Amino acid sequence: MTNALEIKNNQRVQLKDIPVLPYEEFLELNTNLTKDFYFHCVNYFAWPQGNQLRLFCCIADDTTGHILLSSSVVAHDNSREYPSFSAKNLAFHVFEREIHENTGLKYSDHPWLKPVRYPVNRADRNSDISNYPFYQIESEELHEVGVGPIHAGIIEPGHFRFICNGEQILHLEIQLGYQHRGVEQLFLTPKNLLQRTVLAESIAGDTVIGHTTAFAGLWESLCDFTPGEDILHARTIASELERVAIHTGDLSAICADIAYQLGNSVFGRLRTPVINTFQKWCGCRLAKGLIRVGKNQYPVTPYMVDSLTQLFDEYEPDTYEMYDRMKTLPSVLARLERTGIVTHEQAERIGCVGMTARASGLIRDIRWTHPYLIYGQIPHQPIVKHHGDVYSRTQIRRHEISQSIRYIRDLIANVPAEGNGNPELSSPQPDSFVISLTEGWRGEICHCAITNDTGELALYKVKDPSLHNWLALALAVRNNDISDFPICNKSFNLSYCGNDL
Amino acid sequence: MKYKANIGSVFSEMRILYHQGKQYIPDVTTVEVPGIFRGRPVIKTAAAAGAGADEDIRFLPDLCPTGAIDLEPLRIDLGKCIFCGDCERACPSRIKFTKDYKIFSATRNGLIIREGEDQKMTIKADEVRKEIRKYFGTSLKLRQVSAAGDNSCEWELNASGNVNFDMGRFGIEFVASPRHANGIVVTGPISQNMAEPLQICYDAIPDPKIIILAGTDAISGGIFAGSPAIDRSFLNKYQVDLYLAGNPTHPLTIINGILALTRGN
Repeated sequence: MTNALEIKNNQRVQLKDIPVLPYEEFLELNTNLTKDFYFHCVNYFAWPQGNQLRLFCCIADDTTGHILLSSSVVAHDNSREYPSFSAKNLAFHVFEREIHENTGLKYSDHPWLKPVRYPVNRADRNSDISNYPFYQIESEELHEVGVGPIHAGIIEPGHFRFICNGEQILHLEIQLGYQHRGVEQLFLTPKNLLQRTVLAESIAGDTVIGHTTAFAGLWESLCDFTPGEDILHARTIASELERVAIHTGDLSAICADIAYQLGNSVFGRLRTPVINTFQKWCGCRLAKGLIRVGKNQYPVTPYMVDSLTQLFDEYEPDTYEMYDRMKTLPSVLARLERTGIVTHEQAERIGCVGMTARASGLIRDIRWTHPYLIYGQIPHQPIVKHHGDVYSRTQIRRHEISQSIRYIRDLIANVPAEGNGNPELSSPQPDSFVISLTEGWRGEICHCAITNDTGELALYKVKDPSLHNWLALALAVRNNDISDFPICNKSFNLSYCGNDL
Repeated sequence: MKYKANIGSVFSEMRILYHQGKQYIPDVTTVEVPGIFRGRPVIKTAAAAGAGADEDIRFLPDLCPTGAIDLEPLRIDLGKCIFCGDCERACPSRIKFTKDYKIFSATRNGLIIREGEDQKMTIKADEVRKEIRKYFGTSLKLRQVSAAGDNSCEWELNASGNVNFDMGRFGIEFVASPRHANGIVVTGPISQNMAEPLQICYDAIPDPKIIILAGTDAISGGIFAGSPAIDRSFLNKYQVDLYLAGNPTHPLTIINGILALTRGN
């Protein structure tokens, strides 16, 4: 049917098996595929090879659970401009911006070719983070408001530039890159497995399980290692527990931003025993150290089963009582309902993923479409809301909390025996490509790796769901009062360091 | 009807409050952390380790992902350590991480734990600039700057002020403007792209002011040390007043560290 290679999540393929298409055909194929919303781009990146660039495009097929992989080779010498994917499908915009920023590849018709993160190895060293080309409107009636990069709370840095008409936001442009640490490059510089695992844990410290699970799955696939049932089981519990922990913290933060003190305090304190359960499990409240490639470093012991059961027995009634109270208060609902709307059409057009997409009626959930770990055995139904407003994103969290707890309760009722069939981990296979997708609490996380002819990493690409979703925040706040920006921002809770890498 | 509904609402709010029970930690200087906690390590000398003492330790520096371990004497630099515990697992007869969360120092060298040492980490009066305890001993307002922090230390700094840890009880709080602050708390390895905003923020804080580094990434760069994308020149210009170890730093480390700096141990 297509010229793309069909692969599964976490399946290793030989580099030579990935079709190389002429650019025009490559463009046609991928932009035609993504016309149907069951297909979306999970990663699109360039691999520089001498004076050429090899472009890889990974399209997720939500109907079959395949990932459609294709590539193209273009000249890397600024000699010509290429037509962009983004002109046909806006969801590609950020990937092409990244390719342009990293390699200097020119596009003839990209609608919004703005910097993504000012990486240290960017093609244009003359571009500087202090001189971002903001969209501007000449008018005596409008004014600009600049916020950041350092914000008023304890939060990561990023710059927001509003164009306002009175108190109303006409346009918001978000400038990121302050958090850039060179993560993708650090994966390649000679490092041992533990160092790379620690690096994966540090991509986004609030999504330790999401990113480290993606890395571990990828590395194990590169090494042709099949993890035992106990490893997959423990990682699934950890993924869902991370979702519960962060969603609870988000509910607290949402209450804080509408000055609902009781909700802020109660959800805030309810998060403490959840992350303390990670502490009991692996010695770190944010679960650093829990996931290790090829082994089950911290098995789910009977003590952990008891701890989790006790946690949820105490957590659930208090959380639901607080939430039920909160949703009856007109002063709360007035701030949440019809605020910061992302329509279904917008979400689909810009390629939203995860919770943000699901709050706008767009079902994007890797656990459901491209199952990994043991999600294939869980009859998972993504939770979907349709209004796309702050309240929808709040409701999603409430319902995902109880769904995750249900999954964990089922999982700990039947913990597989330790270490059955976990062989020794070998080295990565040469000339291979692996894509690893996980559904972190924010949404779809994608790690891709390519090895060279000796099995060394030649390319490592990380995509946090925030990369797709930052534009959703910019659109959501249009025609809202600028005073509602904090609550809109919090309802997405996107990652700065996950975007900036 | 309306009146009735209001009465009901008061009761449901009170019921919620009642159901929370007592959440604050009465004494944050002595409370024990639940479960596993990798705090201040204790390193035994070969002689003290006894029967297992012939265990080879020469591989330990290479095992450590951030190069925190050195030999002769065997020592761990808590400013580089990411508390993964792999050295303890590899060499249990010599290295043991205790549950002591008071892992902080007023000097960079004070973060290095050597074999044979088993003392609480403290801050001596002569290590602290005189004005700190004089001006900040009862109240301290801090500005937080995440300079490429991964949002884990930031979460824990936020948690220090929640109803459980309640750092506000000591008059220690984070404020929204550098103009209102007595000092800066830096997290993250400091990216090139954050170097200038960090400097601007620091300059905007009135004197006297303090600098606190929270977490391994801030103290040494952690796993990002040596990345071409980071720029730590800010730290060469000023004296750091407090190093809070941890990856991320635990709220109890944060609170006890700041108390030790400003009020003595």
